[in-house]
Amino acid sequence: MTVETKLPFNQEYIQAFSKDRNEPGWMTTLRSKALEMADSLDMPKPDKTKISNWNFTDFQHSYKEAAAIASLNELPEELKAYFAEDASMENLYIQRNQTAAYNSLSQELQDKGVIFTDIFTAMNEHSDLVEKYYMNDAVAVDQNRLTALHAALMNGGIFVYVPKNVQIEDPLQAIFWQEDTDSALLNHVLVVAEEGSSVTYVENYISHNDTEETVANLVTEVFAHDNAQVAYGAVDNFAAGTTTYVNRRGVAQRDAQINWALGQMNDGNTVSENITYLLGDNSNSEAKAVSVGRGKQTQNFTSSIRQFGKQTDAYILQRGVMKGAATTIFNAIGKIEHGGTKSNSEQESRVLMLSEKSRGDANPILLIDEDDVTAGHAASVGRVDPLQMYYLMSRGLEQEEAERLVIHGFLAPVVAQLPIESVRKQLTQVIERKVY
Amino acid sequence: MSGSVLEIKNLHVSIEDKEILKGVDLTVKGGEFHAIMGPNGTGKSTLASAIMGHPKYEVTEGTITLDGEDVLEMEVDERARAGLFLAMQYPSEISGVTTSDFLRSAINAKREEGDEIPLMKFIKELDKDLDYLDIDQNMATRYLNEGFSGGEKKRNEILQLMQLKPDIAILDEIDSGLDIDALKVVSKGINKMRSDNFGCLIITHYQRLLNYITPDFVHVMMQGRVVKSGGPELAKRLEAEGYEWIKEELGIEDEETAEQNA
Repeated sequence: MTVETKLPFNQEYIQAFSKDRNEPGWMTTLRSKALEMADSLDMPKPDKTKISNWNFTDFQHSYKEAAAIASLNELPEELKAYFAEDASMENLYIQRNQTAAYNSLSQELQDKGVIFTDIFTAMNEHSDLVEKYYMNDAVAVDQNRLTALHAALMNGGIFVYVPKNVQIEDPLQAIFWQEDTDSALLNHVLVVAEEGSSVTYVENYISHNDTEETVANLVTEVFAHDNAQVAYGAVDNFAAGTTTYVNRRGVAQRDAQINWALGQMNDGNTVSENITYLLGDNSNSEAKAVSVGRGKQTQNFTSSIRQFGKQTDAYILQRGVMKGAATTIFNAIGKIEHGGTKSNSEQESRVLMLSEKSRGDANPILLIDEDDVTAGHAASVGRVDPLQMYYLMSRGLEQEEAERLVIHGFLAPVVAQLPIESVRKQLTQVIERKVY
Repeated sequence: MSGSVLEIKNLHVSIEDKEILKGVDLTVKGGEFHAIMGPNGTGKSTLASAIMGHPKYEVTEGTITLDGEDVLEMEVDERARAGLFLAMQYPSEISGVTTSDFLRSAINAKREEGDEIPLMKFIKELDKDLDYLDIDQNMATRYLNEGFSGGEKKRNEILQLMQLKPDIAILDEIDSGLDIDALKVVSKGINKMRSDNFGCLIITHYQRLLNYITPDFVHVMMQGRVVKSGGPELAKRLEAEGYEWIKEELGIEDEETAEQNA
């Protein structure tokens, strides 16, 4: 039996919130319906992790206008680390709390019709386009209580739109900076790549609330139309006080590609779902994720690729390092649907345990409803190999340094996939900080 | 000034409670090349592993000192920083760590903080040694030993030897699995190290390697002890006549027969 907890937000609040943002009618209606549903929907049920005691529903949602950012010098050091020293600040979005504090898109991309703007501006200026994709075919409002809550209370995010046949060479970068320690972030990222287009998008979430408790409820929806390519990189770095639910989904049409590289470095309890639908024939996806668990945090990562089209190709790679008393479950689910002939589903999940008290589990799952396919999986949970340590130390490396090399090497297959050099470096630094 | 002195006295070593070394005495000084030969399973590799501090080998008796310092009291990394190096028979594969990143970390581990090797100098010296050992430049960017052929692993061990410049090196069957060309290259690298400040203990099964590297001393190990020592001529005789004559000369019985007689 589920215990009904009454949500601390009512219809009047939602209506007023939507009106304050000058949102189109469809959005106000969507929010209102979502709030109605939220009360009766179940919480998500991540496999092998009990989340009934986690607080996802009680949080501050008040909106505080934050100051705009004129130059990178105004950012705290830990944020500056996300940029190269000579960063141009072009094709960059910085969200400070819920405010679009900085936004730039090159003239060239503007002229080509690319949209790269905060979700509220996008709803005003491109209402039909956003309405077409927003919580319809990727993440459904009624998937669970948290997706409904997200729809009702969404308070930040970005819209990325790449018109037909437009190839964007340089990555687009978004920084979601929770400067306030107490307000919740319900962030929505919507990426649409039209036929034959390509885009690389990299996002960073960061907060500082080590003790103050709050909630992050994040939804990403990626649409890759025929022959489009989307490379999606992320470094999630919420502080220990934030309880996170992050739901990232992709939908790939014929010949399309969606590749994920996710650095999941939160310090708080986290439930992450990354699900890609390969609808079109010959579409493909790589879903790569790393995580470092420390302290007493509990995390659950599900990475799934569902293959509907023929000759689709899926590869899931998860790597986790556990220390302290952290608990992490990695679920990798490859599913080939009936009709997905000549498709291939591969997956590999590996967990490295650095302490006696940490707990890790890697669950490889293959669900196949078609005969003419290939599939493979590998999973392991283990400790640092003493012979590797002996070898490295026999060259004069101290134990800590040898272990550091082994850990970096272990995570390298995912870290190397992040598309921006400075973000890669920054992720490496975060890993360093979390491991030592 | 002359080089370091590695002194092994009455060394007894067990693995999983089985005694492998039963009292080894050996001294290697800077400027000297020693070869240790002997049939399979006589403890040659155990000696190498025990000197370096392999976690599975337990020293139950005896001493190892380097310039008077107690090696057995040191952790593996301290032994390396004190000047010891072991070219391993089966080097570990370290996924995700490039050979050059690893080498640079290892070189810097021996240097003081703030005195790290300048990147350009490192690259120059690495390139030079890669060339000298006929190693493809791309090995520097490949993950350490991952997917390396047997020959590549051995060359990489010698590359590390040349880069790290230890005082005393132990080479554990560096010649196994090498074709003649690779053997020549590996020997060339080892010979280049020869100086008054470098001592070397070469463990080998075959005399073949000693055609390319001339040892100053040759020792024969049997049943966990050094049973005979001599000059390079001893290796030649072993190649020609095998080990039986030593057994006869010294009255050594095969262990199985000895157990039966007991």
